Amino acid sequence: MKHEPDNSNLHDKSAPCACSAAPAPDNSTRREFMLKIGFALNAVAGAAVGIPLLGYAFSSFFKNHELDWVSLGPVDKFPEGKTRLGQFKNPVHRSWDGVTAEVPCWVRRISGDQFQVFAINCAHLGCPVRWFEESKLFMCPCHGGAYYENGDHAAGPPPRGLFTYEFKVQDGQLMILAGALPTLAQPNA
Amino acid sequence: MKSPVQKLSDLGKDLFLWFDDRLHVKKIWDSTAGHHVPQSAGSWFYVFGSATLLCFMMQLVTGIMLALVYVPSADEAYATLEYLTYHQQLGWFLRAVHYWGSNFMVGIMLLHMTQVYLFGAYKYPREITWISGLVLLVLTLGLAFTGQVMRFDEDAYWGLGIGAAIMGRVPFIGQQLVDFMLGGQIIASETLSRFFALHVFVLPGSVIAIVSLHLRMVLTKGINEYPVPGMVVRRQTYDKEYAAIIKKEGVPFFPKAIDKDIIAAAFVIGGIVTCACVFGPKGPSGPPDPLQINASPRPDFWFLWIFSIAALMPEQIETVALLAGPAVIGLILVALPFFNGTGEKSWRRRPVAVIIVLLTWIGLGMLTYLGATSPWSPVMNAWSAQSTPDAQILHRSPLQLQGAVVLQYKQCRNCHAIDGLGGERGPDLSDVGMRLTRPQLTRQVVQGGGNMPAYGQNLSPAEVEALVDYMASLVPAGVPPARDYTLPQKTKN
Repeated sequence: MKHEPDNSNLHDKSAPCACSAAPAPDNSTRREFMLKIGFALNAVAGAAVGIPLLGYAFSSFFKNHELDWVSLGPVDKFPEGKTRLGQFKNPVHRSWDGVTAEVPCWVRRISGDQFQVFAINCAHLGCPVRWFEESKLFMCPCHGGAYYENGDHAAGPPPRGLFTYEFKVQDGQLMILAGALPTLAQPNA
Repeated sequence: MKSPVQKLSDLGKDLFLWFDDRLHVKKIWDSTAGHHVPQSAGSWFYVFGSATLLCFMMQLVTGIMLALVYVPSADEAYATLEYLTYHQQLGWFLRAVHYWGSNFMVGIMLLHMTQVYLFGAYKYPREITWISGLVLLVLTLGLAFTGQVMRFDEDAYWGLGIGAAIMGRVPFIGQQLVDFMLGGQIIASETLSRFFALHVFVLPGSVIAIVSLHLRMVLTKGINEYPVPGMVVRRQTYDKEYAAIIKKEGVPFFPKAIDKDIIAAAFVIGGIVTCACVFGPKGPSGPPDPLQINASPRPDFWFLWIFSIAALMPEQIETVALLAGPAVIGLILVALPFFNGTGEKSWRRRPVAVIIVLLTWIGLGMLTYLGATSPWSPVMNAWSAQSTPDAQILHRSPLQLQGAVVLQYKQCRNCHAIDGLGGERGPDLSDVGMRLTRPQLTRQVVQGGGNMPAYGQNLSPAEVEALVDYMASLVPAGVPPARDYTLPQKTKN
C-alpha cells in the first residue's frame, strides 16, 4: 500500500512552475521592498496594539493617588486620653471589594480636638499592629515591632514610627484623609 | 485467507501509517523519548527533574478542577473556598492535592537543583539548561506565592501587605510599584484579580514555554553523564568525549533509562495523595477582613525563611538586602556556568561545592525553623493567659507582690518569659535578679534600650520601685544577687 503523497507534478519539468524559473532581478528587489513595507506596516500595527496595552497594564505609573476625606464617626466616639480602633470604608472602592473595602486605623484622642490617627500597618512590613492599653504600646505580631502611644518607634525592626493620617474635625465628625495603603514610599496614607 | 485478528492488525497498522505519514509521530518519538542517554544517567539521582515536571502537571490538572468552582473576586473568593472545602464533593481533596502538590513541587525542584549543582551538570555545554532552570525556579516560587493569595484568607490579605511593604522600599518608583502590584491603592478586588491572572495564565504559560526550552536543551546537548572523579570538562574536548560515551554506552531514554523515573513518579504522586489525605488542605484561615486585626500572618512553608530574614536582619541593611539580595544571588547563579563552566564535575572533587550546598540547606532549614516558631514575635496574650508561677511569688513582701502585679499587668510577659512561659523576644526574667542590679533594672525599665521600649512615661515612680524590688527578688536559691563590683558595697543586697 502506498501512502506517499503524490508529489510527481512538482518534479515534472514540463509543468509550468514559477519556482523553477530563474527569478528576474527586478522581481527580487520588488519582493525586498514589499518585505520592508510589510515590516513597517506591522511596526505601526504593533504600536497601535502595544502602546495601549502597556498603558493599560502600567496605568499605575501614570496616575497620582486619589485621596479623600472620610469620616470615622462623631468625635464623641473616642474618649479623651484613650486609643481606640476606628474603621472606614475606603473612599476608592468597588462594589465587588467585599470586606476588603473596610480599613481599620488606630485613633488616639489626646484631648478636645487634638487627635492622632495611625495606620494599622506596621512600618516594617505592613502587618496589623495591636494596641495594648496597659503598657501603652502598639505591638506587631509579625516581627515584634513596638511603638509608643504617640506612634514613635519603641523597639524592633521598623525603620520609623507608625504611619499617620491627616485629620480634621468637621461638624462634630472626625475626618481623615485616606485612600491608599501606607508604605515607606507613600507614608502619608 | 486472513484471520479476522490479522485483518484488524493490518487495519491498525494502516491507520498508524496514515497518521504517521502526516504527523511524523515515529520520527518525533524516536528523537525525543527515544533519544540516547548515557547508561549511567539512569540513576536514582536523576529522577528529580521528571518528578518536578510531574508535580507541575498535577498542579495543572488540579488547578483547572479548582477553577471550575473558585470565584476570583474579593467579595466571593472566601465563600467559594469554604464551599470547596466543606460542600463540594471531594473539593477538600482537590484543594489538598493542589496545596501539597505545590509544596512537593518546590521541594523536589530544590533537590533537582542541588543534584544538578553537585553533579556539575550546569557546566559546559549546558549553560542554557541551567539558566532556564533558574527561570523555572523563579516562576515556580511565583506560582507558590500567587497561589497563597488565591487562598484569599487573612494570611493572604496581610501577606499582600507584606509584599506591598517590600515594594514600597524601592527607591524613586516605590509607590508606583506598590500600586502596580495591588492594581489600585489598597488591597482589594483588583489585587486578587491580577494575582489570579498571574497564577492561572501568565505564570503557568511561562512555565510551559520555559520547560519546553529546558527539555529541548536536554535533547540538543544531552543529559549529563554520571560524573566520575578525575573526568575533567574542557571546552575543546567535551563534545567529542560525550559523543563517545553515547556511542559506547548510549541507550534510548525510553524504555532503557526511564524505569527509575517511573517508579519515582508513583512515589511522588503517592506522597502528595498521602499528605493530602492525612493533613488535608491548608486553611482557609479567618476571612480576609481587614477589621479582624488579631491576625498573625505567616507565609507558607517555603517562604518562612524569608519571613525570618525580615525579622533578624539589622534594620540598617534591611532595605538594601531585601531589594539587592535576590538580584545579587540571581546574578551569581546565572553567571555560575560561565565562571565555573569547566573542570571537575564530581562532587567528590569539589569540596567547596559540597560546603556551599550544606551551608545553604542548613541555613534555609534553620531560618525555616525560626520562621515557624518566630521567637521574636511577642506572645500577644501571655499577660492575660499565663499566670505568674507560684514559686515566683511565694514568700515575697507586699511591695514585691505589688511589683509582680505590675509585671503581669503591664504586659512585660508578652516579651519576657517567666519559667519559660511567655514571650521569647526579651530575656527570660526568672533569674534576672542574678544578672542585673537594682540601679540597672531601674534604668532598663525606665529608659529601655537593647530593643526594649522605655516605660518611664508609662509607670509611676511607685510602680517602678515595686517592679524593681520584685525583679531583684527573682534569684535562684543559693545564688547571690547581682552586685555592682565597681562600687563599694553599701546597699542591703
